Amino acid sequence: MSAKTLFDKIWDKHVVHSVEDGPQVLYIDKHFIHEVTSPQAFSGLKARGIPVFRPEQTVATADHNVPTENQHLPIKDALSRHQVETLIKNCNDFGVELYGLGHPYQGIVHVIGPELGITQPGMTIVCGDSHTSTHGAFGNIAFGIGTSEVEQVLATQCVLQKKPKTLKIQVDGELNPGVVSKDIVLHIISKLTAAGGTGHFIEFCGSTIEKLSMEARMTICNMSIEMGARGGLIAPDETTFEYLKSRPFVPKGEKWDRKVAEWKSLKSDDDAQFDLEYYFNAEEIEPMITYGTNPGMGIGITKDIPAPNGKTTSGLEKSLKYMDLEGGKQLLGHHVDYVFIGSCTNSRIEDLRLVADLVKGKKKADHVQAMIVPGSRQVEKQARAEGLDKILEAAGFELRQPGCSACLGMNEDKVPKGKYCVSTSNRNFEGRQGQGARTLLASPLTAAASALSGKISDVRELMK
Amino acid sequence: MEKFNTLNSQAVLLPYEDVDTDQIIPARFLKSVSREGFGENLFRDWRYFEDGSPNPEFVLNQAGNKGDVLVAGRNFGCGSSREHAAWALVDYGFKAVVSSFFADIFKNNALNNGLLPVQVTDDFLAQVFQILKNRPEAKLQIDLNEQEISLVGSSLTESFEINSYKKYCLQNGFDDIDFLLNKKNEIEAYEQSLA
Repeated sequence: MSAKTLFDKIWDKHVVHSVEDGPQVLYIDKHFIHEVTSPQAFSGLKARGIPVFRPEQTVATADHNVPTENQHLPIKDALSRHQVETLIKNCNDFGVELYGLGHPYQGIVHVIGPELGITQPGMTIVCGDSHTSTHGAFGNIAFGIGTSEVEQVLATQCVLQKKPKTLKIQVDGELNPGVVSKDIVLHIISKLTAAGGTGHFIEFCGSTIEKLSMEARMTICNMSIEMGARGGLIAPDETTFEYLKSRPFVPKGEKWDRKVAEWKSLKSDDDAQFDLEYYFNAEEIEPMITYGTNPGMGIGITKDIPAPNGKTTSGLEKSLKYMDLEGGKQLLGHHVDYVFIGSCTNSRIEDLRLVADLVKGKKKADHVQAMIVPGSRQVEKQARAEGLDKILEAAGFELRQPGCSACLGMNEDKVPKGKYCVSTSNRNFEGRQGQGARTLLASPLTAAASALSGKISDVRELMK
Repeated sequence: MEKFNTLNSQAVLLPYEDVDTDQIIPARFLKSVSREGFGENLFRDWRYFEDGSPNPEFVLNQAGNKGDVLVAGRNFGCGSSREHAAWALVDYGFKAVVSSFFADIFKNNALNNGLLPVQVTDDFLAQVFQILKNRPEAKLQIDLNEQEISLVGSSLTESFEINSYKKYCLQNGFDDIDFLLNKKNEIEAYEQSLA
């Protein structure tokens, strides 16, 4: 038998049927849904008069379109409220478990799946959200799908997919102080571009990745889609099992031991062939920040913004015009209006601890609005239990209630036109955080340091 | 889903790379629970000023720039998985999108809504942009049966890839759910093999 990658092993095990010169019928172990991309799928089931095939394998939450203040009150925006109420009704009608507003498990879908232990190694996981790639940090195949595909999964627990190619990204070496997993992934995307991984599924590996915590690994897998890859996974190891051990939805006792034994075999064979391979040296990575309007437009924080060469068609000129930034100049020291710490990329307890540690006893710049939106009710509860809320609030950072919030600005949390926001989210597209908003993607450390000084800052200066 | 066979139409040119789904349909318009009506907000923030008046510089607001085909720069549809992007394009009236590169999720979403993504070479795309810029009335012919795209009245022609399953679905207006529902027995047998 020929050597296989971990991706191939998991994928092949889940193939129910292969269509000749076509896609494969892939069995899905876990399906997450939320209020924005599921209503039309449920309408489709109703129109066909069919039930959800395996309701116990789907879990719902409300995250994209929820307020991050006063969640106990009815949602003010009528359309948002209707969408959230439609989710509640659909989950009731079809027998799907819902962790909605007010539920202690509510939160961003890619934060709650892992923290509850619903996300496990070896699985196939889908959700109508491109950042489903996050779950791959546990050594599974997790990818985002469209609403027609959500309907496929609800109807048959399967999805029709063409198998992607494989891409290995290996990172070795020690990280420099002030450099965290967000910087690793922004560095990789800046080298491979926003389309560099399209058609592929990534396996992240190497000594740097192995040393990362589960939450740091999730940040990396989360942004696989930002280089166009459908998803990214990391082989499970002791760090994975240790993280999962005490989570509510993992098997217990003897069943747990059997599962771990099975999960230990989940790795690429030594001589497995990937379609593409890239290698990175962690020591070359510095804190990163983006200057443009796609996540591939990133630079080391001390570097100059690239200057358009006049003949480029890559949209650099258009991006810099939108951002009102000049090629050839540094970003360091540039004025900042907003800081957003949150999103499925960086809203977990370790992110909040990093920020609290850095801002403890300090004060944000007066002109900066600094918002921290925890990824889930559990994260919020933990932050309060550790007293992080007090530290953050004393430093002028507002700790809000969980949701996707200003990552995509579907709710009231928007960045005004023309304002600069250093954001720990995943996309700096035009208008992503609000019409005309200018987003600079960075790590929680860089975001917090910039909130303190009121300008784009190198966190290493604060750590000296 | 509507059947797709051949298309002969003028084209709308969007010569930008990395057009993401947030541009195709901004997040604030995703609050609907139906599939209809997204066309009016297609490319909303490029198409309209903040006060709601049309931006005359945007292609969809220019007389003569119309047609069932959108021609766009490489990496079209990157970003979010929102199928609303495909719904908006279809609702507006587009039947095909031509680019030299499509993001994966968008491509699936388009196919699932009878919107044909036609992937051409960078060279072909550059020539189409060049010629249509000077002759916006020129028509593109897209023949799904022959898997061929050509610029009518010129020698410019290229074949494109599509797997035979998806081609069959588009030609007949079938969707994947019909196909999967017919595989229920196999799916149940698979589940039992795991137990």
